[in-house]
Amino acid sequence: MKTDDLIAMLSTNVEPVDHRQIVRNISMAVAAGAAVAVGIVFFVLGPRAGLTTVAAFIPALLKVAVTAIILVPASIYLIRLTRPGGERRSSVTLVVLPFIAVMLLAVLSHTFAPSYHGHWTILGDEWLECVISIPLIAIVPFSVIVWAVRQMAPTDLARTGAFAGLVAGCVSAIGYAVHCADDSVPFFALWYGGTIALCTFAGWRLGPKLMRW
Amino acid sequence: MVANEADLRALMRASLRGDAAAYRTLLSRLSANLRAYYKGRLARIGRSATEAEDLTQDALMAIHTRRHTYDPAAPLMPWVHAIARYKLIDHLRHTHASMKDLPIDDAEEIMAQDDHVGSESAYDLNRLLGQLPDKMRRTIQLVKLDGLSVAEAASQCGMSESDVKVSVHRGLKALVTSVARKGRL
Repeated sequence: MKTDDLIAMLSTNVEPVDHRQIVRNISMAVAAGAAVAVGIVFFVLGPRAGLTTVAAFIPALLKVAVTAIILVPASIYLIRLTRPGGERRSSVTLVVLPFIAVMLLAVLSHTFAPSYHGHWTILGDEWLECVISIPLIAIVPFSVIVWAVRQMAPTDLARTGAFAGLVAGCVSAIGYAVHCADDSVPFFALWYGGTIALCTFAGWRLGPKLMRW
Repeated sequence: MVANEADLRALMRASLRGDAAAYRTLLSRLSANLRAYYKGRLARIGRSATEAEDLTQDALMAIHTRRHTYDPAAPLMPWVHAIARYKLIDHLRHTHASMKDLPIDDAEEIMAQDDHVGSESAYDLNRLLGQLPDKMRRTIQLVKLDGLSVAEAASQCGMSESDVKVSVHRGLKALVTSVARKGRL
Protein backbone atom coordinates (compact mmCIF):
# COMPACT_ATOMS: atom_id res chain seq x y z
CA MET A 1 0.00 0.00 0.00
CA LYS A 2 1.28 3.47 -0.86
CA THR A 3 1.31 5.97 1.99
CA ASP A 4 -0.43 8.56 -0.20
CA ASP A 5 -3.27 6.11 -0.82
CA LEU A 6 -3.60 5.54 2.91
CA ILE A 7 -3.71 9.30 3.55
CA ALA A 8 -6.35 9.70 0.84
CA MET A 9 -8.43 6.96 2.44
CA LEU A 10 -8.13 8.33 5.97
CA SER A 11 -8.94 11.91 5.01
CA THR A 12 -11.91 11.21 2.74
CA ASN A 13 -15.20 12.08 4.44
CA VAL A 14 -13.51 12.57 7.79
CA GLU A 15 -15.86 12.83 10.77
CA PRO A 16 -15.52 15.55 13.40
CA VAL A 17 -14.37 14.18 16.76
CA ASP A 18 -15.00 15.26 20.32
CA HIS A 19 -11.71 15.84 22.12
CA ARG A 20 -13.47 16.06 25.50
CA GLN A 21 -14.37 12.37 25.52
CA ILE A 22 -11.18 11.40 27.43
CA VAL A 23 -12.15 13.33 30.54
CA ARG A 24 -15.79 12.28 30.24
CA ASN A 25 -15.22 8.57 29.59
CA ILE A 26 -12.51 8.03 32.22
CA SER A 27 -14.48 9.93 34.88
CA MET A 28 -17.57 7.91 34.02
CA ALA A 29 -15.60 4.66 34.26
CA VAL A 30 -14.29 5.63 37.71
CA ALA A 31 -17.78 6.65 38.87
CA ALA A 32 -19.33 3.45 37.52
CA GLY A 33 -16.58 1.40 39.19
CA ALA A 34 -17.25 3.17 42.49
CA ALA A 35 -21.00 2.54 42.21
CA VAL A 36 -20.40 -1.17 41.55
CA ALA A 37 -17.89 -1.46 44.43
CA VAL A 38 -20.28 0.17 46.90
CA GLY A 39 -23.10 -1.99 45.54
CA ILE A 40 -21.12 -5.23 46.00
CA VAL A 41 -20.17 -4.29 49.56
CA PHE A 42 -23.71 -3.23 50.39
CA PHE A 43 -25.41 -6.33 49.04
CA VAL A 44 -22.76 -9.03 49.55
CA LEU A 45 -20.92 -8.03 52.74
CA GLY A 46 -23.65 -5.79 54.15
CA PRO A 47 -23.18 -2.33 55.69
CA ARG A 48 -21.60 -2.15 59.15
CA ALA A 49 -23.88 -2.31 62.17
CA GLY A 50 -25.54 0.99 63.02
CA LEU A 51 -24.29 2.84 59.94
CA THR A 52 -27.07 5.38 60.46
CA THR A 53 -25.79 6.32 63.93
CA VAL A 54 -23.26 9.11 64.38
CA ALA A 55 -20.78 6.81 66.16
CA ALA A 56 -20.49 4.59 63.09
CA PHE A 57 -21.24 7.07 60.31
CA ILE A 58 -18.52 9.62 61.13
CA PRO A 59 -15.60 7.13 61.16
CA ALA A 60 -16.91 5.49 57.97
CA LEU A 61 -17.18 8.91 56.35
CA LEU A 62 -13.64 9.76 57.49
CA LYS A 63 -12.27 6.59 55.88
CA VAL A 64 -14.08 7.43 52.65
CA ALA A 65 -12.83 11.04 52.75
CA VAL A 66 -9.18 10.11 53.37
CA THR A 67 -9.28 7.54 50.55
CA ALA A 68 -10.86 10.15 48.27
CA ILE A 69 -7.86 12.43 48.96
CA ILE A 70 -5.73 9.80 47.21
CA LEU A 71 -8.38 8.95 44.61
CA VAL A 72 -8.94 12.43 43.17
CA PRO A 73 -5.35 13.32 42.19
CA ALA A 74 -4.80 9.72 41.04
CA SER A 75 -7.79 9.99 38.68
CA ILE A 76 -6.54 13.31 37.31
CA TYR A 77 -3.15 11.73 36.56
CA LEU A 78 -4.79 8.69 35.06
CA ILE A 79 -6.64 10.96 32.61
CA ARG A 80 -3.36 12.71 31.72
CA LEU A 81 -1.60 9.38 31.21
CA THR A 82 -4.18 8.19 28.69
CA ARG A 83 -3.02 10.85 26.22
CA PRO A 84 0.11 10.11 24.16
CA GLY A 85 3.10 11.66 25.94
CA GLY A 86 1.01 12.25 29.08
CA GLU A 87 3.71 10.62 31.20
CA ARG A 88 5.89 13.67 30.62
CA ARG A 89 3.28 15.88 32.28
CA SER A 90 2.64 13.81 35.38
CA SER A 91 4.63 13.70 38.58
CA VAL A 92 4.12 10.91 41.06
CA THR A 93 4.77 13.13 44.11
CA LEU A 94 1.28 14.59 44.33
CA VAL A 95 -0.19 11.11 44.60
CA VAL A 96 2.40 9.70 46.99
CA LEU A 97 2.14 12.67 49.41
CA PRO A 98 -1.36 11.95 50.79
CA PHE A 99 -0.32 8.32 51.12
CA ILE A 100 2.69 9.24 53.25
CA ALA A 101 0.57 11.70 55.27
CA VAL A 102 -1.88 8.93 56.22
CA MET A 103 0.95 6.60 57.19
CA LEU A 104 2.58 9.31 59.33
CA LEU A 105 -0.71 10.03 61.03
CA ALA A 106 -1.06 6.34 61.83
CA VAL A 107 2.43 6.09 63.30
CA LEU A 108 1.86 9.22 65.39
CA SER A 109 -1.48 8.06 66.73
CA HIS A 110 0.03 4.70 67.54
CA THR A 111 2.99 6.22 69.35
CA PHE A 112 0.97 8.71 71.37
CA ALA A 113 -2.00 6.50 72.25
CA PRO A 114 -0.51 3.03 72.64
CA SER A 115 -2.49 1.88 75.65
CA TYR A 116 -5.91 2.20 74.04
CA HIS A 117 -6.21 -1.11 72.24
CA GLY A 118 -2.72 -2.48 72.60
CA HIS A 119 -1.29 -4.26 69.55
CA TRP A 120 -4.78 -5.21 68.44
CA THR A 121 -5.22 -1.77 66.94
CA ILE A 122 -2.95 -2.86 64.11
CA LEU A 123 -4.06 -6.42 63.68
CA GLY A 124 -7.71 -6.02 64.60
CA ASP A 125 -9.93 -9.01 63.96
CA GLU A 126 -11.06 -7.88 60.53
CA TRP A 127 -7.68 -7.63 58.85
CA LEU A 128 -7.98 -10.85 56.88
CA GLU A 129 -11.39 -9.95 55.50
CA CYS A 130 -10.06 -6.49 54.59
CA VAL A 131 -6.98 -7.88 52.84
CA ILE A 132 -9.08 -10.28 50.77
CA SER A 133 -12.06 -8.01 50.06
CA ILE A 134 -10.37 -4.84 48.82
CA PRO A 135 -8.25 -6.44 46.07
CA LEU A 136 -11.07 -8.80 45.09
CA ILE A 137 -13.69 -6.05 44.78
CA ALA A 138 -11.13 -3.89 42.94
CA ILE A 139 -11.20 -6.32 39.99
CA VAL A 140 -14.52 -4.89 38.80
CA PRO A 141 -13.60 -1.16 38.75
CA PHE A 142 -10.17 -2.12 37.36
CA SER A 143 -11.79 -3.92 34.41
CA VAL A 144 -14.12 -1.00 33.69
CA ILE A 145 -11.23 1.49 33.87
CA VAL A 146 -8.96 -0.65 31.66
CA TRP A 147 -11.76 -0.91 29.11
CA ALA A 148 -12.13 2.90 29.06
CA VAL A 149 -8.35 3.45 28.89
CA ARG A 150 -8.10 1.08 25.92
CA GLN A 151 -10.20 3.50 23.87
CA MET A 152 -7.50 6.13 24.47
CA ALA A 153 -3.77 6.07 23.71
CA PRO A 154 -1.48 5.75 26.74
CA THR A 155 2.20 5.56 25.79
CA ASP A 156 3.60 4.52 29.17
CA LEU A 157 1.60 1.36 29.80
CA ALA A 158 3.26 0.31 33.08
CA ARG A 159 2.64 3.68 34.70
CA THR A 160 -0.88 3.97 33.29
CA GLY A 161 -1.61 0.45 34.56
CA ALA A 162 -0.28 1.38 38.01
CA PHE A 163 -2.56 4.41 38.15
CA ALA A 164 -5.53 2.37 36.95
CA GLY A 165 -4.76 -0.10 39.76
CA LEU A 166 -4.39 2.71 42.29
CA VAL A 167 -7.72 4.26 41.29
CA ALA A 168 -9.46 0.85 41.33
CA GLY A 169 -7.94 0.09 44.75
CA CYS A 170 -9.15 3.42 46.19
CA VAL A 171 -12.62 2.95 44.73
CA SER A 172 -12.78 -0.55 46.20
CA ALA A 173 -11.53 0.69 49.60
CA ILE A 174 -14.25 3.36 49.60
CA GLY A 175 -16.81 0.62 49.04
CA TYR A 176 -15.27 -1.56 51.76
CA ALA A 177 -15.35 1.33 54.26
CA VAL A 178 -19.15 1.02 54.24
CA HIS A 179 -18.76 -2.45 55.76
CA CYS A 180 -15.56 -2.25 57.82
CA ALA A 181 -16.15 -1.69 61.55
CA ASP A 182 -12.52 -1.25 62.65
CA ASP A 183 -11.91 2.46 62.98
CA SER A 184 -8.39 2.55 64.42
CA VAL A 185 -6.01 4.71 62.39
CA PRO A 186 -3.15 2.16 62.34
CA PHE A 187 -5.55 -0.52 61.07
CA PHE A 188 -6.74 1.81 58.33
CA ALA A 189 -3.24 2.91 57.35
CA LEU A 190 -1.77 -0.58 57.24
CA TRP A 191 -4.53 -2.65 55.69
CA TYR A 192 -6.24 -0.07 53.48
CA GLY A 193 -2.91 1.46 52.51
CA GLY A 194 -1.34 -1.95 51.97
CA THR A 195 -4.12 -3.35 49.81
CA ILE A 196 -4.31 -0.17 47.72
CA ALA A 197 -0.55 -0.43 47.20
CA LEU A 198 -1.02 -4.06 46.18
CA CYS A 199 -3.66 -3.06 43.60
CA THR A 200 -1.23 -0.43 42.27
CA PHE A 201 1.49 -3.05 41.92
CA ALA A 202 -0.88 -5.46 40.14
CA GLY A 203 -1.91 -2.69 37.72
CA TRP A 204 1.73 -1.84 37.07
CA ARG A 205 2.42 -5.43 36.04
CA LEU A 206 -0.82 -5.89 34.06
CA GLY A 207 -0.83 -2.53 32.24
CA PRO A 208 1.59 -3.46 29.43
CA LYS A 209 -0.38 -6.65 28.71
CA LEU A 210 -3.89 -5.24 28.91
CA MET A 211 -3.53 -1.76 27.47
CA ARG A 212 -1.41 -2.31 24.37
CA TRP A 213 -2.78 -0.67 21.20
CA MET B 1 10.00 22.14 4.41
CA VAL B 2 10.33 21.45 8.09
CA ALA B 3 7.37 20.94 10.42
CA ASN B 4 6.00 24.15 11.86
CA GLU B 5 4.18 23.66 15.13
CA ALA B 6 1.74 26.56 14.75
CA ASP B 7 0.71 25.62 11.18
CA LEU B 8 0.30 21.95 11.96
CA ARG B 9 -1.67 22.66 15.10
CA ALA B 10 -4.08 24.89 13.17
CA LEU B 11 -4.50 22.09 10.62
CA MET B 12 -5.13 19.57 13.40
CA ARG B 13 -7.76 21.76 15.03
CA ALA B 14 -9.54 22.16 11.70
CA SER B 15 -9.28 18.39 11.14
CA LEU B 16 -10.92 17.64 14.47
CA ARG B 17 -13.85 19.80 13.35
CA GLY B 18 -14.18 17.60 10.26
CA ASP B 19 -12.22 19.64 7.66
CA ALA B 20 -11.11 16.92 5.20
CA ALA B 21 -8.79 19.16 3.14
CA ALA B 22 -6.92 20.35 6.23
CA TYR B 23 -6.68 16.78 7.44
CA ARG B 24 -5.22 15.59 4.17
CA THR B 25 -2.59 18.33 4.21
CA LEU B 26 -1.80 17.57 7.83
CA LEU B 27 -1.38 13.83 7.26
CA SER B 28 0.85 14.26 4.24
CA ARG B 29 3.05 16.74 6.06
CA LEU B 30 3.25 14.51 9.12
CA SER B 31 3.99 11.47 6.96
CA ALA B 32 7.16 13.18 5.69
CA ASN B 33 8.28 13.84 9.26
CA LEU B 34 7.42 10.34 10.38
CA ARG B 35 9.25 8.75 7.45
CA ALA B 36 12.42 10.73 8.16
CA TYR B 37 12.15 9.90 11.86
CA TYR B 38 11.73 6.17 11.30
CA LYS B 39 14.39 5.95 8.58
CA GLY B 40 16.84 7.66 10.90
CA ARG B 41 16.02 5.48 13.89
CA LEU B 42 16.01 2.22 11.95
CA ALA B 43 19.17 3.00 9.99
CA ARG B 44 21.08 3.30 13.28
CA ILE B 45 20.22 -0.28 14.11
CA GLY B 46 20.61 -1.58 10.58
CA ARG B 47 16.96 -1.99 9.53
CA SER B 48 15.45 -1.49 6.08
CA ALA B 49 13.50 1.36 4.49
CA THR B 50 10.37 -0.78 3.91
CA GLU B 51 10.10 -1.16 7.66
CA ALA B 52 10.21 2.62 7.93
CA GLU B 53 7.31 2.85 5.48
CA ASP B 54 5.31 0.23 7.42
CA LEU B 55 5.87 2.17 10.62
CA THR B 56 4.95 5.47 8.97
CA GLN B 57 1.62 3.93 7.98
CA ASP B 58 1.14 2.37 11.44
CA ALA B 59 1.68 5.78 13.00
CA LEU B 60 -0.69 7.52 10.54
CA MET B 61 -3.41 4.96 11.30
CA ALA B 62 -2.80 5.38 15.03
CA ILE B 63 -2.99 9.17 14.69
CA HIS B 64 -6.27 8.74 12.82
CA THR B 65 -8.01 6.29 15.15
CA ARG B 66 -6.69 8.00 18.32
CA ARG B 67 -7.12 11.62 17.22
CA HIS B 68 -9.69 12.20 19.97
CA THR B 69 -6.82 11.90 22.48
CA TYR B 70 -5.24 15.13 21.22
CA ASP B 71 -5.87 18.05 23.55
CA PRO B 72 -6.28 21.16 21.31
CA ALA B 73 -4.90 23.31 24.12
CA ALA B 74 -1.56 21.44 24.06
CA PRO B 75 1.18 21.51 21.39
CA LEU B 76 0.71 18.98 18.59
CA MET B 77 4.21 17.71 17.86
CA PRO B 78 4.92 16.18 21.30
CA TRP B 79 1.65 14.24 20.86
CA VAL B 80 2.68 13.04 17.40
CA HIS B 81 6.15 12.20 18.65
CA ALA B 82 4.78 10.17 21.58
CA ILE B 83 2.66 8.10 19.17
CA ALA B 84 5.55 7.68 16.73
CA ARG B 85 7.92 6.57 19.47
CA TYR B 86 5.35 4.25 21.03
CA LYS B 87 4.79 2.53 17.66
CA LEU B 88 8.55 2.24 17.13
CA ILE B 89 9.17 0.65 20.52
CA ASP B 90 6.21 -1.68 20.04
CA HIS B 91 7.52 -2.69 16.63
CA LEU B 92 11.05 -3.34 17.88
CA ARG B 93 9.76 -5.33 20.81
CA HIS B 94 7.83 -7.56 18.43
CA THR B 95 10.72 -8.01 16.08
CA HIS B 96 13.02 -8.96 18.95
CA ALA B 97 15.33 -6.01 18.79
CA SER B 98 16.65 -4.62 21.99
CA MET B 99 15.18 -1.36 23.17
CA LYS B 100 18.58 -0.49 24.51
CA ASP B 101 19.61 0.07 20.90
CA LEU B 102 17.25 3.01 20.78
CA PRO B 103 18.76 6.35 21.77
CA ILE B 104 16.68 8.77 23.83
CA ASP B 105 14.93 11.30 21.63
CA ASP B 106 12.35 14.01 21.99
CA ALA B 107 9.77 16.00 20.06
CA GLU B 108 12.46 18.18 18.50
CA GLU B 109 13.70 15.23 16.48
CA ILE B 110 10.47 14.60 14.70
CA MET B 111 10.25 18.23 13.64
CA ALA B 112 13.85 18.45 12.56
CA GLN B 113 13.68 16.62 9.26
CA ASP B 114 11.27 15.38 6.68
CA ASP B 115 11.43 12.92 3.83
CA HIS B 116 9.03 12.90 0.89
CA VAL B 117 10.44 9.85 -0.82
CA GLY B 118 7.63 7.46 -0.05
CA SER B 119 7.69 3.87 -1.12
CA GLU B 120 5.22 1.05 -0.66
CA SER B 121 4.69 -0.63 2.66
CA ALA B 122 4.32 -4.38 3.04
CA TYR B 123 0.60 -3.92 3.76
CA ASP B 124 -1.82 -4.97 1.08
CA LEU B 125 -4.94 -2.85 1.44
CA ASN B 126 -7.15 -5.12 -0.65
CA ARG B 127 -6.23 -8.19 1.35
CA LEU B 128 -6.67 -6.31 4.62
CA LEU B 129 -10.09 -5.14 3.44
CA GLY B 130 -10.89 -8.70 2.40
CA GLN B 131 -10.64 -9.82 6.03
CA LEU B 132 -13.42 -7.45 7.10
CA PRO B 133 -17.11 -8.36 7.27
CA ASP B 134 -19.02 -7.50 4.05
CA LYS B 135 -20.84 -4.49 5.45
CA MET B 136 -17.68 -2.82 6.75
CA ARG B 137 -15.75 -3.52 3.57
CA ARG B 138 -18.52 -2.14 1.37
CA THR B 139 -19.00 1.08 3.36
CA ILE B 140 -15.25 1.73 3.54
CA GLN B 141 -14.98 1.15 -0.20
CA LEU B 142 -17.79 3.63 -0.94
CA VAL B 143 -17.06 6.34 1.64
CA LYS B 144 -13.30 6.17 2.07
CA LEU B 145 -12.03 4.94 -1.31
CA ASP B 146 -14.66 6.00 -3.86
CA GLY B 147 -15.25 9.25 -1.99
CA LEU B 148 -19.05 9.04 -1.96
CA SER B 149 -20.82 11.12 0.66
CA VAL B 150 -22.26 9.29 3.65
CA ALA B 151 -25.79 10.01 2.35
CA GLU B 152 -25.01 8.53 -1.10
CA ALA B 153 -23.39 5.45 0.42
CA ALA B 154 -26.36 5.02 2.73
CA SER B 155 -28.85 4.96 -0.14
CA GLN B 156 -26.65 2.58 -2.19
CA CYS B 157 -26.34 0.12 0.69
CA GLY B 158 -29.87 0.54 1.91
CA MET B 159 -28.59 1.54 5.35
CA SER B 160 -29.19 4.59 7.50
CA GLU B 161 -26.55 7.32 7.52
CA SER B 162 -25.62 6.66 11.11
CA ASP B 163 -25.22 2.93 10.36
CA VAL B 164 -22.83 3.82 7.54
CA LYS B 165 -20.80 6.09 9.84
CA VAL B 166 -20.61 3.43 12.53
CA SER B 167 -19.68 0.76 10.01
CA VAL B 168 -16.87 2.86 8.51
CA HIS B 169 -15.59 3.75 11.95
CA ARG B 170 -15.56 0.15 13.18
CA GLY B 171 -14.10 -1.07 9.89
CA LEU B 172 -11.17 1.34 10.10
CA LYS B 173 -10.54 0.33 13.70
CA ALA B 174 -10.58 -3.33 12.67
CA LEU B 175 -8.13 -2.58 9.83
CA VAL B 176 -5.77 -0.87 12.24
CA THR B 177 -6.05 -3.74 14.70
CA SER B 178 -5.22 -6.33 12.08
CA VAL B 179 -2.21 -4.27 11.02
CA ALA B 180 -1.16 -3.89 14.68
CA ARG B 181 -1.40 -7.64 15.14
CA LYS B 182 1.19 -7.77 12.40
CA GLY B 183 -1.12 -8.72 9.59
CA ARG B 184 1.96 -8.33 7.46
CA LEU B 185 0.98 -9.98 4.23
